Amino acid sequence: MTYLADVGTLARKDLLLELRSRDTVPAMLLFVVSTLVVFNFALPAGASAEAAYGLLWAALVFTAILGLTRAFVAEREQRVLDGLVLAPADRSAIWLGKAIAVVAFLALAEVVALPAFALFFEPVSWELVAAVALASVGFAAVGTLLAAMAAASRARELLLPLLFLPLVIPIVVGGVGASIADDPGRYLGFLALYDLIFAILSWASFEYVVTE
Amino acid sequence: MISARGLGRSFGVKRVIRDLDLELAERELLLVTGPNGSGKSTLLALCAGLLAPTQGELEVAAERSRIGYLAHEPLVYRELTALENLDLYGRLYRVPERRERIGMLLERYGLWEARRERVATFSRGMQQRLALCRTLLHEPDLLLLDEPYAGLDEGGTALLDAELGGLVGTRTLVLATHDPERMAPLATVRLALA
Repeated sequence: MTYLADVGTLARKDLLLELRSRDTVPAMLLFVVSTLVVFNFALPAGASAEAAYGLLWAALVFTAILGLTRAFVAEREQRVLDGLVLAPADRSAIWLGKAIAVVAFLALAEVVALPAFALFFEPVSWELVAAVALASVGFAAVGTLLAAMAAASRARELLLPLLFLPLVIPIVVGGVGASIADDPGRYLGFLALYDLIFAILSWASFEYVVTE
Repeated sequence: MISARGLGRSFGVKRVIRDLDLELAERELLLVTGPNGSGKSTLLALCAGLLAPTQGELEVAAERSRIGYLAHEPLVYRELTALENLDLYGRLYRVPERRERIGMLLERYGLWEARRERVATFSRGMQQRLALCRTLLHEPDLLLLDEPYAGLDEGGTALLDAELGGLVGTRTLVLATHDPERMAPLATVRLALA
């Protein structure tokens, strides 16, 4: 219970910080809509639905990177992460609290992105909504860990996409598969398994990322 | 409370601390002095557990929850208010009667009126006062204070003098400073880093 209370405290703090600064979510919303508009003009007339779904997933991945790049900015300023690391709370609670906030930010971006996708390209099915929801958890689980690693580096803006993109290829495969396949359940199961495995790995390894 | 044998710390090829032996008993005050770059802040970060030694051994007989660490930076969120920052740390440190303790500290350090203002609007001295509140919030047994007088005006300096005067003999203190004369009469152990 104490652990969950710490996670709640840390996640609430991140949501409050975003509510105050409005640095991340508006940028993510603008980015995802702008990207879909650009793709709308880039995709030739008569292009397949498969191509449109592929572009949606590309837009979601880059929107996630945009949000994750800013995930630890507040902690990096004035070395607040040191203060959190010194607190007696389990250090994985820092990861989980941050990951919950990242999922919330991604959900807001997707609430705007999916209707925009339906407007420009193809109708949104429940399978697509489920795949996007599962993908958000995967993006947040892996991305929050990598963002913490990148935050400690001078080349953080370069490091995060370089580490993040190869690791989320399975999410894109599962997401596109769930969007277009006749049997989306298999791909949704794959996304859920990815989330489970990478959430456990990230949860268990976060302490080693933020301490020497 | 703190025991170091042959302690060393390097950053790449640069050795900041080398072959340091140190024994500090409970309720003693260690005064650490030295010029810029001599390793004062590094020693405190090592004692806090934020850095690991690259050479020798360091034992600190205090749990993480019983250490109070005042760094160069205040370790608080600029976009949160003083009250929200202390509430966050109070919850994470499970401070009993948290609200009363936070209110008492804010009052004592002259931040009560500014408690609902964002830290980003604070002066350097106010940020240092808030950092002191954060450090003392959970009544730690071991206090690691890095230049605690930095940025404080006369009133803040007098407050801190009184606070440290009350803590000496009841807590273990490690204090790094450029102004050793202020705390010299109270120090039980002195360490000059070169």
